Amino acid sequence: MSADTPLTKDTEPGAGANTAGGELIRLAGVTKRFGTNTVLDDLNFTVDPGKHVTLIGPSGSGKTTILRLLMTLTQPDEGTIAVDGEQLFPAPEKQIREVRKKIGMVFQQFNLFPNMNVLRNITEAPVQVLGMSKDEAEARARELLELVGLADKCDARPTRLSGGQQQRVAIARALAMRPRVLLLDEVTSALDPELVAGVLDLLRDIARSTDITMLCVTHEMGFARDISDQVLMFDGGRVIESGSPEKIFSDPEQDRTREFLGAVL
Amino acid sequence: MTWDWNAVSGFMPHFWDGLRVTLEALALGSLLSFTLGLVWTLLMRTPTRWVRWPVGVVTEFVRNTPLLVQLFFLFYVLPEWGLTFSALTTGVFAIGLHYSTYTMQVYRAGIEAVPAGQWEAATALNLPRHRTWTAVILPQAIRRVVPALGNYVIAMLKDTPLLMVITVLEMLGQARLYSQQHFQFTEPVTVIGVAFILISYLASLLMRALERRLVR
Repeated sequence: MSADTPLTKDTEPGAGANTAGGELIRLAGVTKRFGTNTVLDDLNFTVDPGKHVTLIGPSGSGKTTILRLLMTLTQPDEGTIAVDGEQLFPAPEKQIREVRKKIGMVFQQFNLFPNMNVLRNITEAPVQVLGMSKDEAEARARELLELVGLADKCDARPTRLSGGQQQRVAIARALAMRPRVLLLDEVTSALDPELVAGVLDLLRDIARSTDITMLCVTHEMGFARDISDQVLMFDGGRVIESGSPEKIFSDPEQDRTREFLGAVL
Repeated sequence: MTWDWNAVSGFMPHFWDGLRVTLEALALGSLLSFTLGLVWTLLMRTPTRWVRWPVGVVTEFVRNTPLLVQLFFLFYVLPEWGLTFSALTTGVFAIGLHYSTYTMQVYRAGIEAVPAGQWEAATALNLPRHRTWTAVILPQAIRRVVPALGNYVIAMLKDTPLLMVITVLEMLGQARLYSQQHFQFTEPVTVIGVAFILISYLASLLMRALERRLVR
């Protein structure tokens, strides 16, 4: 698949210049509680630009909460979050809107807008948020649909598509905003088994052919091993181990990691 | 009691006048209740208590007092304060206002039924707040509530005879007028009764067609 055309980033020169110290994402002292349940406990980590980081761990260990914090769908109780050198939390609404432009997210349940056709799902935000002309946005949406293998579905309603197709549209929709960071929240968990491989192959292509930074919560360990530069193992709201996929998957240091991988692999 | 077809044909010209007024009051009253109800719902969702509180009190008051009393109030009391409108305008306003306090609850339910994921996707795409409402949330919410709104149109139709008490000559007003002048009650009242059934039925057919168009 010639993935480069629509995806090669025509970023303006100097983009990322304000990533002091090289890191694109920084979470410092982030704590998140739901009632008395501490989901994230004084979490610190950074992600360098272009890296693909996979978050693994048992359910309820706080992985998805991290993605939701970065997408500003929820706020931490303590700590700071910065993206590309700019504070995302705490920050005034206007600044949040600016920083959020750099972040895209693909959801477990796709969350396409059922009242719009596929093409408009993809063009809506570029037109409304980035101020792109309708023609330009549509041309780009068609390229992205080509990339995800759904060029013939422009006019279809999302509800008429299979889960796998809906998720491809959701990926195209996120990419249309040209994010620097792509958050993938268990994107194949709601798919029928035979549709999983297609979506994962697409994401592999994107990971290989772009410089988009990815944060990925997944239970697909083979996929995690393929695309990750770094794997973070979560348990009880903390990162208990991190390292290269080779290291984590073949020779983890923590018993808890070994136990978890033994259960899912 | 005998049935007199001459009374029917004598009443028909008045009936058509009454029908026109009934449909006018119904159409305008529905439009007003749909619009005002949406306004109330959105105002009730603003973060400021100083907006929500008065809107809540006023709509609660209007919903829990009889439409008939409201009609009397608007028609006989407001002119004493220097506000005079035609009987039909007053009637349309009263029906629209009264039923807006019901449609607001329908809209609220519709908005709450839109899955949280839709809000989250709108946030993830950084859509401006007004755009999230107009392009994502409301189209889905309104689609869901069309059947419920349709029921209120029928309820409004059945309340239009109340306008008679403020001198609006809708169908019942015309029937009563004709009856008093000709001492024939059975025929005019039967004619408008049949007319109400037919309009209700046509309205429900129309709503069902609309539903089919919207719910895809």
